[in-house]
Amino acid sequence: MIPRYQRFIFGILLVASLVMSGALWQLRERAHQRLIAGEDSAPTSAPVVAPAEQATLLVANDGDGSLLTQIHSLPLPADPGARARAVLGKLLDLYAAPDAAHPVPGGASSVLQVFLLPAPETAAQAPSQYAPQTGPQLAVVNLTGSFAAGHPSGIETETLTVLSICATLRANLPRVTQVRFLVDGVQRATLAGHADLTRTYLAADALPAEGTHP
Amino acid sequence: MVLDAAHGGDDTGGRLANSQLEKAITLALSVRLRSLLGARGIQVVTTRESDAAVDPNRRAEIANHAQAQACLILHATQSGSGVHLYASSLAPVQPARFAAWKTAQAAWVTRSLALAGVLNSALQQAQMSVTLGRTTLPGIDSMTCPAVAVEIAPELGSDKKITAELDDPDYQARVAAALAAALVEWRSEARQP
Repeated sequence: MIPRYQRFIFGILLVASLVMSGALWQLRERAHQRLIAGEDSAPTSAPVVAPAEQATLLVANDGDGSLLTQIHSLPLPADPGARARAVLGKLLDLYAAPDAAHPVPGGASSVLQVFLLPAPETAAQAPSQYAPQTGPQLAVVNLTGSFAAGHPSGIETETLTVLSICATLRANLPRVTQVRFLVDGVQRATLAGHADLTRTYLAADALPAEGTHP
Repeated sequence: MVLDAAHGGDDTGGRLANSQLEKAITLALSVRLRSLLGARGIQVVTTRESDAAVDPNRRAEIANHAQAQACLILHATQSGSGVHLYASSLAPVQPARFAAWKTAQAAWVTRSLALAGVLNSALQQAQMSVTLGRTTLPGIDSMTCPAVAVEIAPELGSDKKITAELDDPDYQARVAAALAAALVEWRSEARQP
Protein backbone atom coordinates (compact mmCIF):
# COMPACT_ATOMS: atom_id res chain seq x y z
CA MET A 1 0.00 0.00 0.00
CA ILE A 2 1.50 3.36 -1.14
CA PRO A 3 1.01 6.09 1.43
CA ARG A 4 -1.21 8.98 0.41
CA TYR A 5 1.49 11.65 0.80
CA GLN A 6 3.76 9.72 -1.58
CA ARG A 7 1.01 9.60 -4.23
CA PHE A 8 0.47 13.35 -3.74
CA ILE A 9 4.19 14.10 -4.16
CA PHE A 10 4.32 11.84 -7.24
CA GLY A 11 1.42 13.78 -8.79
CA ILE A 12 3.10 17.14 -8.16
CA LEU A 13 6.37 15.89 -9.66
CA LEU A 14 4.52 14.54 -12.70
CA VAL A 15 2.75 17.87 -13.33
CA ALA A 16 6.01 19.79 -12.83
CA SER A 17 7.84 17.57 -15.31
CA LEU A 18 5.10 18.07 -17.93
CA VAL A 19 5.20 21.85 -17.46
CA MET A 20 8.99 21.85 -17.76
CA SER A 21 8.79 19.72 -20.91
CA GLY A 22 6.41 22.22 -22.47
CA ALA A 23 8.61 25.13 -21.49
CA LEU A 24 11.68 23.42 -22.94
CA TRP A 25 9.78 22.75 -26.21
CA GLN A 26 8.82 26.42 -26.44
CA LEU A 27 12.40 27.58 -25.82
CA ARG A 28 13.65 25.17 -28.49
CA GLU A 29 11.15 26.50 -31.05
CA ARG A 30 12.11 30.10 -30.31
CA ALA A 31 15.81 29.30 -30.66
CA HIS A 32 15.07 27.56 -33.97
CA GLN A 33 13.15 30.58 -35.29
CA ARG A 34 15.96 32.92 -34.24
CA LEU A 35 18.43 30.74 -36.09
CA ILE A 36 16.33 30.77 -39.29
CA ALA A 37 15.78 34.54 -39.08
CA GLY A 38 19.49 35.04 -38.61
CA GLU A 39 20.24 33.04 -41.72
CA ASP A 40 17.70 35.06 -43.79
CA SER A 41 19.10 38.41 -42.84
CA ALA A 42 22.73 37.43 -43.09
CA PRO A 43 24.37 39.90 -45.50
CA THR A 44 25.80 38.26 -48.60
CA SER A 45 27.55 41.40 -49.80
CA ALA A 46 28.71 44.57 -48.19
CA PRO A 47 25.96 47.22 -48.21
CA VAL A 48 26.58 50.20 -50.47
CA VAL A 49 25.14 53.43 -49.06
CA ALA A 50 24.68 55.97 -51.82
CA PRO A 51 25.65 59.47 -50.77
CA ALA A 52 22.83 62.00 -50.43
CA GLU A 53 22.65 64.39 -53.36
CA GLN A 54 20.30 67.15 -54.39
CA ALA A 55 17.58 66.13 -56.82
CA THR A 56 15.30 68.51 -58.70
CA LEU A 57 11.65 67.43 -58.67
CA LEU A 58 8.93 69.01 -60.82
CA VAL A 59 5.96 68.64 -58.49
CA ALA A 60 2.41 68.90 -59.82
CA ASN A 61 -0.31 71.01 -58.23
CA ASP A 62 -3.95 70.19 -59.01
CA GLY A 63 -5.04 73.56 -57.63
CA ASP A 64 -3.68 75.60 -60.54
CA GLY A 65 -2.47 72.88 -62.91
CA SER A 66 1.18 73.91 -62.56
CA LEU A 67 4.52 72.16 -62.08
CA LEU A 68 6.70 73.67 -59.36
CA THR A 69 10.41 73.03 -58.94
CA GLN A 70 11.45 71.56 -55.58
CA ILE A 71 14.94 70.57 -54.48
CA HIS A 72 15.21 67.46 -52.27
CA SER A 73 18.25 65.76 -50.78
CA LEU A 74 18.17 61.98 -51.18
CA PRO A 75 20.56 59.07 -51.67
CA LEU A 76 21.17 58.68 -55.40
CA PRO A 77 22.89 55.59 -56.85
CA ALA A 78 25.61 56.04 -59.46
CA ASP A 79 23.86 53.82 -62.05
CA PRO A 80 21.70 56.16 -64.20
CA GLY A 81 18.73 53.76 -64.40
CA ALA A 82 18.67 53.23 -60.64
CA ARG A 83 19.17 56.97 -60.18
CA ALA A 84 16.15 57.73 -62.36
CA ARG A 85 14.06 55.19 -60.42
CA ALA A 86 15.12 56.73 -57.09
CA VAL A 87 14.22 60.25 -58.22
CA LEU A 88 10.81 59.17 -59.57
CA GLY A 89 10.22 57.15 -56.40
CA LYS A 90 10.71 60.30 -54.33
CA LEU A 91 8.34 62.21 -56.63
CA LEU A 92 5.61 59.59 -56.29
CA ASP A 93 6.19 59.45 -52.51
CA LEU A 94 5.34 63.17 -52.42
CA TYR A 95 2.11 62.45 -54.34
CA ALA A 96 1.20 59.63 -51.94
CA ALA A 97 1.57 61.89 -48.86
CA PRO A 98 -1.71 62.73 -47.08
CA ASP A 99 -1.50 66.49 -47.74
CA ALA A 100 -0.29 66.26 -51.35
CA ALA A 101 -1.35 69.00 -53.78
CA HIS A 102 -1.56 66.30 -56.45
CA PRO A 103 -2.81 63.22 -54.57
CA VAL A 104 -2.01 59.90 -56.24
CA PRO A 105 -1.79 56.65 -54.25
CA GLY A 106 1.08 54.25 -54.75
CA GLY A 107 4.35 55.89 -53.76
CA ALA A 108 7.90 54.89 -54.68
CA SER A 109 7.09 51.21 -55.22
CA SER A 110 4.92 52.20 -58.23
CA VAL A 111 8.02 52.59 -60.41
CA LEU A 112 9.15 49.08 -61.31
CA GLN A 113 12.06 50.03 -63.57
CA VAL A 114 13.44 52.87 -65.65
CA PHE A 115 15.30 51.73 -68.77
CA LEU A 116 17.61 54.18 -70.52
CA LEU A 117 18.16 53.54 -74.24
CA PRO A 118 19.64 55.52 -77.14
CA ALA A 119 16.98 57.94 -78.43
CA PRO A 120 15.49 56.34 -81.60
CA GLU A 121 15.97 59.11 -84.17
CA THR A 122 19.56 59.65 -83.12
CA ALA A 123 20.39 56.00 -83.54
CA ALA A 124 18.51 55.85 -86.85
CA GLN A 125 19.86 59.04 -88.39
CA ALA A 126 23.49 58.73 -87.52
CA PRO A 127 24.25 55.31 -86.06
CA SER A 128 27.96 55.63 -86.70
CA GLN A 129 28.14 59.00 -84.98
CA TYR A 130 25.96 58.09 -82.00
CA ALA A 131 27.98 58.17 -78.81
CA PRO A 132 26.47 55.81 -76.20
CA GLN A 133 28.13 57.72 -73.37
CA THR A 134 27.00 61.20 -74.38
CA GLY A 135 24.09 60.91 -76.87
CA PRO A 136 20.44 61.66 -76.15
CA GLN A 137 18.45 58.94 -74.41
CA LEU A 138 14.96 57.50 -74.38
CA ALA A 139 13.71 56.69 -70.87
CA VAL A 140 11.17 53.87 -70.65
CA VAL A 141 9.30 54.11 -67.34
CA ASN A 142 7.64 50.87 -66.27
CA LEU A 143 4.84 51.57 -63.77
CA THR A 144 2.81 49.06 -61.75
CA GLY A 145 -0.73 48.15 -62.77
CA SER A 146 -1.94 49.05 -59.29
CA PHE A 147 -0.60 52.60 -59.74
CA ALA A 148 -2.54 53.04 -62.99
CA ALA A 149 -5.65 51.42 -61.51
CA GLY A 150 -5.55 53.66 -58.44
CA HIS A 151 -4.73 56.89 -60.30
CA PRO A 152 -7.51 59.51 -60.14
CA SER A 153 -9.29 59.87 -63.47
CA GLY A 154 -9.19 63.18 -65.35
CA ILE A 155 -7.35 65.06 -68.09
CA GLU A 156 -5.65 67.49 -65.73
CA THR A 157 -4.53 65.04 -63.05
CA GLU A 158 -3.29 62.41 -65.53
CA THR A 159 -1.53 64.97 -67.71
CA LEU A 160 0.20 66.47 -64.68
CA THR A 161 1.44 63.06 -63.52
CA VAL A 162 2.87 62.25 -66.96
CA LEU A 163 4.45 65.68 -67.46
CA SER A 164 5.91 65.84 -63.96
CA ILE A 165 7.59 62.45 -64.51
CA CYS A 166 8.98 63.60 -67.89
CA ALA A 167 10.15 66.95 -66.52
CA THR A 168 11.73 65.39 -63.42
CA LEU A 169 13.66 62.91 -65.56
CA ARG A 170 14.85 65.74 -67.82
CA ALA A 171 15.89 67.89 -64.85
CA ASN A 172 18.02 65.15 -63.27
CA LEU A 173 19.22 63.27 -66.33
CA PRO A 174 19.82 65.93 -69.01
CA ARG A 175 20.54 63.28 -71.66
CA VAL A 176 16.93 62.07 -71.45
CA THR A 177 15.12 63.71 -74.37
CA GLN A 178 12.22 61.30 -74.83
CA VAL A 179 10.05 59.32 -72.43
CA ARG A 180 7.75 56.35 -73.00
CA PHE A 181 5.56 54.54 -70.51
CA LEU A 182 4.77 50.89 -69.85
CA VAL A 183 2.39 49.48 -67.26
CA ASP A 184 3.41 46.08 -65.85
CA GLY A 185 5.77 45.73 -68.81
CA VAL A 186 3.22 46.25 -71.58
CA GLN A 187 1.88 49.24 -73.49
CA ARG A 188 -1.37 50.72 -72.17
CA ALA A 189 -3.72 53.07 -74.05
CA THR A 190 -4.20 55.63 -71.29
CA LEU A 191 -3.09 56.17 -67.70
CA ALA A 192 -6.60 56.23 -66.19
CA GLY A 193 -8.86 56.84 -69.18
CA HIS A 194 -7.42 60.13 -70.49
CA ALA A 195 -3.68 60.80 -70.84
CA ASP A 196 -2.32 58.92 -73.88
CA LEU A 197 0.41 56.44 -72.92
CA THR A 198 0.99 55.10 -76.44
CA ARG A 199 3.01 58.08 -77.65
CA THR A 200 6.57 59.17 -77.03
CA TYR A 201 6.77 62.31 -74.89
CA LEU A 202 9.45 64.90 -75.55
CA ALA A 203 11.01 65.60 -72.17
CA ALA A 204 11.96 69.19 -73.06
CA ASP A 205 8.29 70.03 -73.79
CA ALA A 206 7.31 68.91 -70.30
CA LEU A 207 9.87 71.10 -68.53
CA PRO A 208 8.03 74.36 -67.86
CA ALA A 209 9.29 77.77 -66.90
CA GLU A 210 9.12 78.28 -63.15
CA GLY A 211 5.52 78.12 -61.89
CA THR A 212 3.94 78.10 -65.33
CA HIS A 213 1.36 75.69 -66.68
CA PRO A 214 2.71 72.83 -68.81
CA MET B 1 -20.48 73.13 -83.64
CA VAL B 2 -19.56 69.60 -82.57
CA LEU B 3 -20.14 68.47 -79.00
CA ASP B 4 -18.33 65.29 -78.01
CA ALA B 5 -19.58 63.88 -74.70
CA ALA B 6 -16.61 61.74 -73.67
CA HIS B 7 -16.88 58.08 -72.62
CA GLY B 8 -20.16 56.12 -72.77
CA GLY B 9 -21.34 52.52 -72.67
CA ASP B 10 -18.80 50.20 -71.08
CA ASP B 11 -16.34 53.09 -70.89
CA THR B 12 -17.73 54.76 -67.77
CA GLY B 13 -14.91 57.29 -67.39
CA GLY B 14 -13.99 58.37 -63.87
CA ARG B 15 -16.04 57.62 -60.77
CA LEU B 16 -17.14 60.90 -59.26
CA ALA B 17 -18.73 62.02 -56.00
CA ASN B 18 -22.28 60.92 -55.12
CA SER B 19 -21.70 57.66 -57.09
CA GLN B 20 -21.88 59.59 -60.36
CA LEU B 21 -20.07 58.37 -63.46
CA GLU B 22 -18.16 60.68 -65.76
CA LYS B 23 -20.05 59.43 -68.82
CA ALA B 24 -23.38 60.58 -67.32
CA ILE B 25 -22.10 64.06 -66.41
CA THR B 26 -20.59 64.63 -69.87
CA LEU B 27 -23.81 63.56 -71.58
CA ALA B 28 -25.88 65.83 -69.31
CA LEU B 29 -23.61 68.78 -70.11
CA SER B 30 -23.73 68.00 -73.83
CA VAL B 31 -27.55 67.96 -73.78
CA ARG B 32 -27.69 71.29 -71.91
CA LEU B 33 -25.20 72.92 -74.25
CA ARG B 34 -26.91 71.59 -77.37
CA SER B 35 -30.21 73.10 -76.19
CA LEU B 36 -28.63 76.48 -75.47
CA LEU B 37 -26.84 76.59 -78.84
CA GLY B 38 -29.92 75.37 -80.70
CA ALA B 39 -31.96 78.17 -79.13
CA ARG B 40 -29.43 80.63 -80.58
CA GLY B 41 -29.84 79.17 -84.05
CA ILE B 42 -26.53 77.34 -84.06
CA GLN B 43 -26.44 73.94 -85.75
CA VAL B 44 -25.01 71.32 -83.42
CA VAL B 45 -23.67 67.84 -84.17
CA THR B 46 -23.18 65.49 -81.21
CA THR B 47 -21.08 62.34 -81.13
CA ARG B 48 -23.56 60.56 -78.87
CA GLU B 49 -27.08 61.17 -77.61
CA SER B 50 -27.33 58.18 -75.28
CA ASP B 51 -25.23 55.92 -73.06
CA ALA B 52 -23.44 54.36 -76.03
CA ALA B 53 -19.78 53.50 -76.54
CA VAL B 54 -18.17 55.48 -79.37
CA ASP B 55 -14.62 54.79 -80.52
CA PRO B 56 -12.25 57.82 -80.36
CA ASN B 57 -11.57 57.49 -84.11
CA ARG B 58 -15.33 57.49 -84.82
CA ARG B 59 -15.70 60.66 -82.75
CA ALA B 60 -13.00 62.35 -84.84
CA GLU B 61 -14.69 61.12 -88.04
CA ILE B 62 -18.01 62.67 -86.97
CA ALA B 63 -16.27 65.96 -86.14
CA ASN B 64 -14.33 66.03 -89.41
CA HIS B 65 -17.38 65.24 -91.56
CA ALA B 66 -19.28 68.09 -89.88
CA GLN B 67 -16.57 70.62 -90.92
CA ALA B 68 -17.40 72.43 -87.70
CA GLN B 69 -16.39 75.91 -86.62
CA ALA B 70 -15.58 74.50 -83.18
CA CYS B 71 -15.34 71.10 -81.51
CA LEU B 72 -15.73 70.75 -77.75
CA ILE B 73 -14.74 67.47 -76.11
CA LEU B 74 -16.56 67.32 -72.77
CA HIS B 75 -15.01 65.61 -69.74
CA ALA B 76 -15.56 65.68 -65.97
CA THR B 77 -13.26 64.97 -63.03
CA GLN B 78 -13.24 65.01 -59.25
CA SER B 79 -9.65 66.34 -59.22
CA GLY B 80 -8.83 70.04 -59.15
CA SER B 81 -11.44 72.77 -59.33
CA GLY B 82 -13.38 74.87 -61.80
CA VAL B 83 -13.04 74.28 -65.52
CA HIS B 84 -9.93 72.89 -67.23
CA LEU B 85 -9.38 73.80 -70.89
CA TYR B 86 -6.94 71.67 -72.87
CA ALA B 87 -5.77 72.02 -76.45
CA SER B 88 -3.72 69.40 -78.29
CA SER B 89 -0.01 69.30 -77.47
CA LEU B 90 0.89 68.86 -81.15
CA ALA B 91 3.23 71.49 -82.56
CA PRO B 92 1.46 73.79 -85.05
CA VAL B 93 2.07 73.20 -88.77
CA GLN B 94 0.82 74.84 -91.97
CA PRO B 95 -2.37 73.29 -93.40
CA ALA B 96 -1.66 70.80 -96.17
CA ARG B 97 -3.86 69.03 -98.73
CA PHE B 98 -3.26 65.69 -97.03
CA ALA B 99 -2.69 65.21 -93.33
CA ALA B 100 -1.71 62.19 -91.26
CA TRP B 101 -4.68 60.88 -89.30
CA LYS B 102 -2.90 60.84 -85.93
CA THR B 103 -1.58 64.41 -86.28
CA ALA B 104 -4.34 66.06 -88.33
CA GLN B 105 -5.03 68.50 -85.48
CA ALA B 106 -1.55 70.03 -85.89
CA ALA B 107 -2.81 72.31 -88.69
CA TRP B 108 -5.60 73.52 -86.39
CA VAL B 109 -3.70 73.92 -83.13
CA THR B 110 -3.32 77.69 -83.49
CA ARG B 111 -7.10 78.06 -83.97
CA SER B 112 -7.70 75.63 -81.08
CA LEU B 113 -5.59 77.79 -78.79
CA ALA B 114 -7.54 80.87 -79.90
CA LEU B 115 -10.81 79.05 -79.14
CA ALA B 116 -9.45 78.10 -75.71
CA GLY B 117 -8.75 81.80 -75.11
CA VAL B 118 -12.33 82.78 -75.98
CA LEU B 119 -13.71 80.01 -73.72
CA ASN B 120 -11.37 81.13 -70.94
CA SER B 121 -12.60 84.73 -71.12
CA ALA B 122 -16.25 83.70 -71.03
CA LEU B 123 -15.77 81.34 -68.08
CA GLN B 124 -13.82 83.94 -66.12
CA GLN B 125 -16.54 86.51 -66.81
CA ALA B 126 -18.91 83.96 -65.25
CA GLN B 127 -16.72 84.02 -62.11
CA MET B 128 -15.30 80.52 -62.63
CA SER B 129 -11.72 79.45 -62.04
CA VAL B 130 -10.08 78.20 -65.24
CA THR B 131 -6.94 76.16 -65.87
CA LEU B 132 -5.41 76.23 -69.35
CA GLY B 133 -3.07 73.56 -70.68
CA ARG B 134 -1.97 71.28 -73.49
CA THR B 135 -2.47 67.52 -73.50
CA THR B 136 -2.45 64.37 -75.59
CA LEU B 137 -5.92 62.88 -75.59
CA PRO B 138 -7.14 60.00 -77.77
CA GLY B 139 -9.31 61.43 -80.56
CA ILE B 140 -8.52 65.13 -80.35
CA ASP B 141 -5.28 64.84 -82.36
CA SER B 142 -7.25 63.53 -85.37
CA MET B 143 -9.82 66.35 -85.44
CA THR B 144 -9.69 68.89 -88.27
CA CYS B 145 -11.46 71.72 -86.46
CA PRO B 146 -10.61 74.16 -83.67
CA ALA B 147 -10.84 71.62 -80.83
CA VAL B 148 -10.71 72.11 -77.07
CA ALA B 149 -11.20 69.52 -74.33
CA VAL B 150 -13.39 71.04 -71.61
CA GLU B 151 -13.08 69.24 -68.29
CA ILE B 152 -15.34 70.37 -65.47
CA ALA B 153 -14.30 69.80 -61.86
CA PRO B 154 -16.14 70.67 -58.63
CA GLU B 155 -16.34 74.35 -57.79
CA LEU B 156 -14.30 75.34 -54.73
CA GLY B 157 -14.83 78.35 -52.46
CA SER B 158 -12.10 80.60 -51.13
CA ASP B 159 -11.70 78.22 -48.16
CA LYS B 160 -10.96 75.36 -50.64
CA LYS B 161 -14.21 73.60 -49.74
CA ILE B 162 -16.54 72.32 -52.44
CA THR B 163 -19.37 74.77 -53.13
CA ALA B 164 -20.85 72.95 -56.14
CA GLU B 165 -20.55 69.28 -57.09
CA LEU B 166 -20.54 68.08 -60.67
CA ASP B 167 -24.11 66.76 -60.50
CA ASP B 168 -25.40 70.14 -59.25
CA PRO B 169 -27.90 71.25 -61.98
CA ASP B 170 -27.26 74.94 -61.23
CA TYR B 171 -23.50 74.48 -61.65
CA GLN B 172 -23.95 72.56 -64.89
CA ALA B 173 -26.30 75.29 -66.17
CA ARG B 174 -23.78 78.05 -65.36
CA VAL B 175 -20.94 76.20 -67.11
CA ALA B 176 -23.13 75.46 -70.14
CA ALA B 177 -24.30 79.09 -70.34
CA ALA B 178 -20.73 80.41 -70.25
CA LEU B 179 -19.61 77.92 -72.91
CA ALA B 180 -22.60 78.79 -75.11
CA ALA B 181 -21.84 82.51 -74.82
CA ALA B 182 -18.23 81.82 -75.80
CA LEU B 183 -19.24 79.75 -78.82
CA VAL B 184 -21.66 82.45 -80.00
CA GLU B 185 -18.82 84.99 -79.77
CA TRP B 186 -16.46 82.57 -81.54
CA ARG B 187 -18.93 82.13 -84.39
CA SER B 188 -19.39 85.86 -84.79
CA GLU B 189 -15.60 86.36 -84.86
CA ALA B 190 -15.28 83.63 -87.49
CA ARG B 191 -17.88 85.35 -89.69
CA GLN B 192 -16.02 88.65 -89.68
CA PRO B 193 -13.97 89.17 -92.85
